[in-house]
Amino acid sequence: MTELVQDRPVTAPAAPASVADIKPVRRKRRDVGAVFGAAWIALVVLAAIFADVLPLPDPNAVTNAFSAPPGGAHLLGTDAIGRDVLSRIVHGARISMAVAIGATSIAMVIGVTLGMVAGYFRGAADSAIGIAVNFMLSFPPLIFLIAMVTALQPGLVTLVVALALLGVPNFARVARANTIAFADREFVTAAKALGARPIRILTRELLVNVMLPVMSLALVVMATLVVAEGSLSFLGVGVPPPAPSWGGMLAAGRESLREHPLLVLIPALFFFLTVFAFNRLGDWARGRVGRESSI
Amino acid sequence: MNVRALRRHAGSVARFLLLLFLVTVAVFLLLEMIPGDPVDAILPADASPEQIAAARQLYGLDDPLYERYLSWIGGVLQGDLGRSFQTGVGVAETIAERAPVSLELALLAMLVALAISVPVAVWSAYRPGGLLDRAATFVTSATLATPAFVLGIVLVYVFGVQLGVLPILGWTPFSEDPVEHVHRLVLPVLTLAAGECVLFTRLLKGDMMATLQQDHVLSARARGLPTWRILVRHALRQSSFSLVTVSGVVIGRLIGGTVLVEAIFSLPGMGTMVITAIHSRDYVVVQAMVLLSAAVYLLMNTLVDLTYPLLDPRVRKVRTS
Repeated sequence: MTELVQDRPVTAPAAPASVADIKPVRRKRRDVGAVFGAAWIALVVLAAIFADVLPLPDPNAVTNAFSAPPGGAHLLGTDAIGRDVLSRIVHGARISMAVAIGATSIAMVIGVTLGMVAGYFRGAADSAIGIAVNFMLSFPPLIFLIAMVTALQPGLVTLVVALALLGVPNFARVARANTIAFADREFVTAAKALGARPIRILTRELLVNVMLPVMSLALVVMATLVVAEGSLSFLGVGVPPPAPSWGGMLAAGRESLREHPLLVLIPALFFFLTVFAFNRLGDWARGRVGRESSI
Repeated sequence: MNVRALRRHAGSVARFLLLLFLVTVAVFLLLEMIPGDPVDAILPADASPEQIAAARQLYGLDDPLYERYLSWIGGVLQGDLGRSFQTGVGVAETIAERAPVSLELALLAMLVALAISVPVAVWSAYRPGGLLDRAATFVTSATLATPAFVLGIVLVYVFGVQLGVLPILGWTPFSEDPVEHVHRLVLPVLTLAAGECVLFTRLLKGDMMATLQQDHVLSARARGLPTWRILVRHALRQSSFSLVTVSGVVIGRLIGGTVLVEAIFSLPGMGTMVITAIHSRDYVVVQAMVLLSAAVYLLMNTLVDLTYPLLDPRVRKVRTS
């Protein structure tokens, strides 16, 4: 029992930043889910990139076919004012992916920089960065986003900036923890003995080791940010209409849920599959990174 | 309670106060950052420069920044959260009127989530790989991929539209019709509870599985204690502390979750208040809501930090040694 007592964390265990942070207890050997996840994400990214080239009607073009059922000229039907649903889904994927990839990348660059500086230099830099990160964590996530979109005017840039800021603390935390874990290793000591400057040690020696757990965290953050963007668009404070977004389509379709449920169920399905795909990829990546790195 | 523990507590309190101060400054600046003159919203478009100047004078908009911060924070500390530019009603009164709806929703969701996830987690940990465990794993990973606003609408579609068994939208006060009140709460509470259910089940199951491997469980089993007693008294009691560590996250998610759920089901809570306020550019209301939720969130997280060692003696022992 003495070892058990020793094994307990010295401080209260850090609370996970989201549900997805909690590791699933059982992991399958052959990961069909991850393969599906990669395929689905690839499809959505390609659709987002080639949205303008694909043979689809303009997502904002109004036709006379109001709330048409799927089939014929409109593969997934049309919405209440006659806009092509498939085209809006494909163009809406641009916003979801801009957020997933764009905001996560920005958050990763800022977060990893802050986390590594804090973890390597410790002392005053660590305290200052700690306060900054804790300050960002002082707001409930959705309230933080609502405050940001209120202060800056709604639009895609605002959205990406706000969501990127939301992701920064996660990356800073993981980067700091892993930097601390690696900073005492022999290869770092050797580099120091050879006269390497801190900037070189951080970029050449530590960054590669820190990036592995950071990349697997990035997949989880992408799922969270897609949901966050959807929540804002659903509440009507995301990308302003008529620009197509999945959350906006869901909110608009809600008004005719009884007569035309597909207008809600189609964007709902796209949300589900995309978030599910990111989660499965995240689980898979975490399994590959292993338990020795703290995520 | 020795010197070290006291110092740590003092550190937590100091950090809480510092962060709270930073939050108030940020929330104050939030209103400053919004482009446009706040008096534009209350004055007619053809207001004369004198009228504008008078309005600015009335709201103290020409004072230096720190003076306005001090007078604002002084008011907040006395419970004055400002007055809505749109309706002229005090924001604190509106919040007091709407808070019970959101609090009831969050509290019930929490209870429902615990009532579902604790038994499921205990049994899954006891029989990993069994039927219930596999079913629970499947349902939790599906729920994890379903954002609250998607789940809410799908529930409305299935139970409200297709089956027609539950009312879809709206709110009936408890005092008017208690049965209808509960009836209308079922779907919103389920929507809000689903996410917490996943969190609790995964966390508790993982912790319970580790606890069940420990020596004292083996010794309890060797003494021939009944299974339920081992699971509940020896394993669940110890593992339930892990739930406390996530309560900070849970509170943050519930605050955001109520905003979404109220919007989906058109409930008259604080969430719909803030969204309406954003659309009508009633920024004082948004400011008050952001301040209030951040303060509550920060306070709860600090309390969790402080009480965790009191609840779990094992952490306390290591600390003081």
